[in-house]
Amino acid sequence: MMEDLLFEPWPWYVSGTLLGVLVPLMLWLGSSFGVSGNLDSICSILGADRFSDHFKFNLKDRIPSLVFILGGVFGGFIAANYLTIENYSVDLSPETILSLHGLGITDASGLQPGQLFNWQFLGTVPGVILLVLGGFMIGFGSRWAGGCTSGHSITGMSSLQLPSLVATIGFFIGGLIATHFLLPFILLP
Amino acid sequence: MKNIRILFAGTVFGIIMVKSEAVSWFRIHEMFSFQSFHMYGIICTAVVVAAVLLHLLKYFRVRNLDGGEMVSPTRPRLYKAAMLGGVVFGIGWAFTGACPGPLFVNLGAGYGVMIVPIAAAVLGAFVQGLVRRHLPQ
Repeated sequence: MMEDLLFEPWPWYVSGTLLGVLVPLMLWLGSSFGVSGNLDSICSILGADRFSDHFKFNLKDRIPSLVFILGGVFGGFIAANYLTIENYSVDLSPETILSLHGLGITDASGLQPGQLFNWQFLGTVPGVILLVLGGFMIGFGSRWAGGCTSGHSITGMSSLQLPSLVATIGFFIGGLIATHFLLPFILLP
Repeated sequence: MKNIRILFAGTVFGIIMVKSEAVSWFRIHEMFSFQSFHMYGIICTAVVVAAVLLHLLKYFRVRNLDGGEMVSPTRPRLYKAAMLGGVVFGIGWAFTGACPGPLFVNLGAGYGVMIVPIAAAVLGAFVQGLVRRHLPQ
C-alpha cells in the first residue's frame, strides 16, 4: 500500500493537502510560497537593474525563493526517475483523449505530450508559438499580475486576498481563450 | 541552515508537482476543457488546507524560525494588473501546459527543451519590468 502510494500517481486530495501544507511551511521557514518572483530575480542577476529600477532590490532577500525552485528541479528529477512506474501514462478522461486526437496529438502516453515537448517541434511555427511565445506570456503576465498560480491562486487565495481572486479569474479567462479558440488554430494546419 | 531547509521544501514541492501530475500539459489541457475534476480538486484542496492552517497558526500566534510573525505577503490592490496580467499569463499557461513552478520542475524531470520557455519567461518578465509604467495597474 505504502509502496503503491510512492510509485503510482497521487490522487488529487493527497496532492492538494500536501501543497496546502507547503504554504504555512514556507512561512514557518521564513520565506513564502511563490515562484514567479524568481523571474524578476533572475533578470536582476543577469543585469536588468541597469535598465529599469523595477529590478533594483536586495537580491539577498530573494535567495530563499531561488533556492526553493532549485529544490523544485531536484524534486522533479527524483520523482521522474525514481518514484515512477513503467509505461506510465496520465489517467486522462476519455473525452480529453478524443479531443487531443482532434488536435492531432495522437500519442497521449507519458507525463507530457512527446509531440510537443521536443527540440524538433521548436523548429516549427506552432512550436515557437507554444513554447517561446507561451513562455514569454507566462513571464510577462505573471509579473504584471504580481504573481502566478503559487503566489496568487494558492498563497493569495488561502489568505483571502481579493487581488489574488481577481488574478485567478484572469488566469482562467486566458486559459479558456487559449484552449478553446487559439490552440485549434495553432495546432491544426 | 535556513537555505538547506528551503532546498528540502523545494525538493518536496517538485516531487508533489510530478506525482500530482499538475506539471503535465495533458492535465492542464483537460482542466481548461472541463473534462476532469483532478486539477480543480488539487487547487481547491490546497487553498482550503492552507487557509485552515494559516488561521490556526494565527490563532495560536505561532512564530516562524526567524522569530517573526507568520503572515502571507500582502498583494497590492492593483485589480486591473491582476486581471489583465492574469489573462496574459493564463494564455501562456495553456500554451506551455506549465506555470512558473512546473517550468522548472519539468526541466528537472528530464524535459530539457523546457529551458526555452524558461528563458522566454525571464525575457517576458524583463520586458514587463521595462514597460510596467505604461501598463494599466
